[in-house]
Amino acid sequence: MIDPALPAHMRPDRSFQGLILTLQRFWADYGCAVLQPYDMEVGAGTFHPATTLRALGPKPWNAAYVQPSRRPKDGRYGENPNRLQHYYQFQVILKPSPADLQELYLKSLYAIGIDPKTHDIRFVEDDWESPTLGAWGLGWECWCDGMEVSQFTYFQQVAGFECSPVSGELTYGLERLAMYVQGVDNVYDLNFNGRDGAEKVTYGDVFLQAEQEYSRHNFEHADVEMLFEQFRMAEGACKKYLAAGWEDAEEKRHLMALPAYDQCIKASHVFNLLDARGVISVTERQSYILRVRELAKACGKAWLATAAGGAE
Amino acid sequence: MPELLLELFSEEIPARMQRKAAEDLKKAITDGLVAAGLTYEAATAHATPRRLTLHLVGVPAKGADVREEKKGPRVGAPEQAIQGFLKGANLASLDQATVVSDKKGDFYVAHISRPGRKAVDVLAELVPATIRSFPWPKSQRWGSGTLRWVRPLHSIVCTFGTDLEEPEIVPFEVDGIHAGNVTRGHRFLSPAAFSVKRFDDYVQKLFNAKVVLDADRRKNIILEDAKSLAFAQGLELIEDDGLLEEVAGLVEWPVVLMGTFEEAFLEVPAEVIRATIRANQKCFVLRSHHVDQKLANKFLLVSNIEAKDGGRKIVAGNGRVIRARLSDARHFFHTDLADLPDYKTCGKPLDQRLAKLRALNVVFHEKLGTQGARIDRIIRLARELAPLVGADADKAARAAELAKADLMTEVVGEFPEVQGLMGRTYALAQGEDAAVAAAIEDHYKPQGPSDRVPSEPVSIAVALADKLDTLTGFWAIDEKPTGSKDPFALRRAALGVIRMLLDNGVRLSLLEAFGKALAALPKSGDGVSTDLLAFFADRLKVQLRESGARFDLVDAVFALGAQDDLVLVVKRVEALASFLATEDGKALLAGYTRAANILKAEEKKDGKSFDGEVSGNLLAEPAEKALAEAVSTARAAAAKAVAAEDFAGAMSALATLRAPVDAFFDGILVNAPDAAVRANRLALLTQIRAACHTVADFGRIG
Repeated sequence: MIDPALPAHMRPDRSFQGLILTLQRFWADYGCAVLQPYDMEVGAGTFHPATTLRALGPKPWNAAYVQPSRRPKDGRYGENPNRLQHYYQFQVILKPSPADLQELYLKSLYAIGIDPKTHDIRFVEDDWESPTLGAWGLGWECWCDGMEVSQFTYFQQVAGFECSPVSGELTYGLERLAMYVQGVDNVYDLNFNGRDGAEKVTYGDVFLQAEQEYSRHNFEHADVEMLFEQFRMAEGACKKYLAAGWEDAEEKRHLMALPAYDQCIKASHVFNLLDARGVISVTERQSYILRVRELAKACGKAWLATAAGGAE
Repeated sequence: MPELLLELFSEEIPARMQRKAAEDLKKAITDGLVAAGLTYEAATAHATPRRLTLHLVGVPAKGADVREEKKGPRVGAPEQAIQGFLKGANLASLDQATVVSDKKGDFYVAHISRPGRKAVDVLAELVPATIRSFPWPKSQRWGSGTLRWVRPLHSIVCTFGTDLEEPEIVPFEVDGIHAGNVTRGHRFLSPAAFSVKRFDDYVQKLFNAKVVLDADRRKNIILEDAKSLAFAQGLELIEDDGLLEEVAGLVEWPVVLMGTFEEAFLEVPAEVIRATIRANQKCFVLRSHHVDQKLANKFLLVSNIEAKDGGRKIVAGNGRVIRARLSDARHFFHTDLADLPDYKTCGKPLDQRLAKLRALNVVFHEKLGTQGARIDRIIRLARELAPLVGADADKAARAAELAKADLMTEVVGEFPEVQGLMGRTYALAQGEDAAVAAAIEDHYKPQGPSDRVPSEPVSIAVALADKLDTLTGFWAIDEKPTGSKDPFALRRAALGVIRMLLDNGVRLSLLEAFGKALAALPKSGDGVSTDLLAFFADRLKVQLRESGARFDLVDAVFALGAQDDLVLVVKRVEALASFLATEDGKALLAGYTRAANILKAEEKKDGKSFDGEVSGNLLAEPAEKALAEAVSTARAAAAKAVAAEDFAGAMSALATLRAPVDAFFDGILVNAPDAAVRANRLALLTQIRAACHTVADFGRIG
């Protein structure tokens, strides 16, 4: 249950930040490295190299972090109580996946105040696939009283490579969870800092203006010509760094997998923006996804030739 | 006799896979036992979200001894062959083989006897092998292991023994999981581990630990509880078998709870509310008992726990999600009723969606062009078909124009299953004629054997146009159904056309209609119409077989050629069937067959047919004179009746032939010595055959 020693403003059911801190605390106690968000625009916590790349190779890896996620198409000008073009995911990656991963997840829910004896927690089939990352896994959507609050995935393949050992990935939808534990129907009404009265900061105070501005940007004004150019540049840079990163002609060891992967992430986000602007036709869409996937695969290959990727 | 209890306990198995997985487990284990020389009296398999369970009774503790003979090479065969034989039969030397002789000489035979194996030993190999090769549609690895299962496998119960003794644990392990006799109850309500003995004990202990093992029992509990909760509120459950099956696969301990949403949401069409609540929340909806059957502002959810607070929080949580979803649905609904920002100048709301559909060049099929082009084809075809089905051509064209516009609406984008219905709703809202609106919904019908067949003329015209365009289109690009593959549901489309024509008595030349549809297509091929008509004939046979009619007669009618009016085809088939049920009919068929067989033989012998006139001068015998006269009369009468579509009349005309035909075959030798007389008699037989063929090709009746 919620730690009774917590001051009111730190309680996970009182503040958005309290929820994040509770989850960080929980996974830190388990032994995860608690990382900070990756400093680039990504569509999901999975894109963070701490998940995508670390899921590859034989080395054990336990990490947890918050990742701001950008989904340009999901912008609603701040008018929809549930949809945001920028939101937070809490991501946990455990490699190899422990046998009690489901129990750990349920305990983490318990820590934020969701008691499975009064709430209906369900694991509902959801096969995860990321065509741009060349990744797939099996798992579930986790439901709490009919609401999807997390995704739970056993990675089988990332960047086109088999995952061995298998990583377990937990992705908590932080806004959804916070709305649930705070009992709020509109995301902008979430209490962000756990204070009352004049001291209270809401999610709307922090993000409403941003949602409005970015929706305008994403749907109406994002510079299409520039974006197409950025896509080409990112793609070109990624390939260039990948080619330059091999230590020698034998291609046993790679020295620039991470910078190359940054360019892959960039290309992916630019593609999402172009998609939101509606300038990519159905047939073109597939070819852009394939181009990003090729970059991701090549980055995965390079990563496996680094020390963290398990190369000798 | 001993029984087997096997439980494979894992993380949550997808609901849609559970039933088949239980059956696959049963098949793999029972097949394996039988292959190993063991038997069993009965097998049952069960599945819950977390376990697959198999129960076999009457498995003998030991299999029967097996003796077999293995034939070897010839005596004196090359050394290599001899060695191969010895190795294969597991013999040390040829001394252990016997020599047997047959017509060709002496050869070796090995007598191999294998003592029956202990069931426990067989199971200890069979169960892990089954687990390793289980046919899951999708499986995964986990942790550092290599085993694949649908989701991580945690424990295995595998006990074998009689109810008089402590059952034995079948000794095996799979990837570090050792078979045992310990399982767990409900994930939340009773998570402790406990040991089990046999199936009865297992089921009872599971029940005590809040797990209902049998999926059908879970379904019954859900259905009964749902009905009584509904009844208590004066409501009626809207039953949904697919949803029931799914939710029974999501819970081990079903608890049905009722929640409410605001009445204001009921302005959204009931089907949309139902689709929203079903697809996203897996909840049931309810309707009033009254004649109006109005949807109620309540829902039923199936929870997996008996909550400490009686389910108050669960209901509240589900209610919030449902309200959010219904808000979205209502928002979509209102958006669809309003103007589209970029297409305001393109007419009414649905016309604007149509304009967008055209502007986006949405592709219908790579080789068949855009949806826009397809709509144009359907408009033209509906207009041409309208007079044939008694519909107003302008209304049919208008309905065809708007029929696909709802594909661009928000509600249909979200819930494809309400396409058509939403088109109708939006059409009425923008003031379209009621027949036009109805046709927009009905043009997809009938979807399946139990679906309603359109009966309004405008609906029929548009539904026929839509289906005929689809059928001729896919036929023209050679994308026909093969075997079990029918990705474009062409069988259903053809059956839909057949049912519409027959149920409404619509007279239509299919070949002409195909021709019209084909003319509008970007691509056409030779022989498409004839081939497609043959496909219709096959579908018609299936349809008639299902309704218990004599489908073999369909061939007899289609064999006449140019039979493309299905209403007439069926009338002929029916008349033929009742005629053949009479004594006259049976006797005439026998006479026809005899005549046809003689003709076939003689035509072959002479290398020519005998279709000339019958010469009266050459008719000598009274029987042949009588027959000639009867045939001439009957043929004329049958042809006249057929022309008037009076097939019963045609059959009566043919019935008059029975007696003269019988008399002819009784008293006359067809192959008379005189060549001219013979030819004349054969010509008479040809006339009989032709008379019968005015109605159907009797030669095809089997």
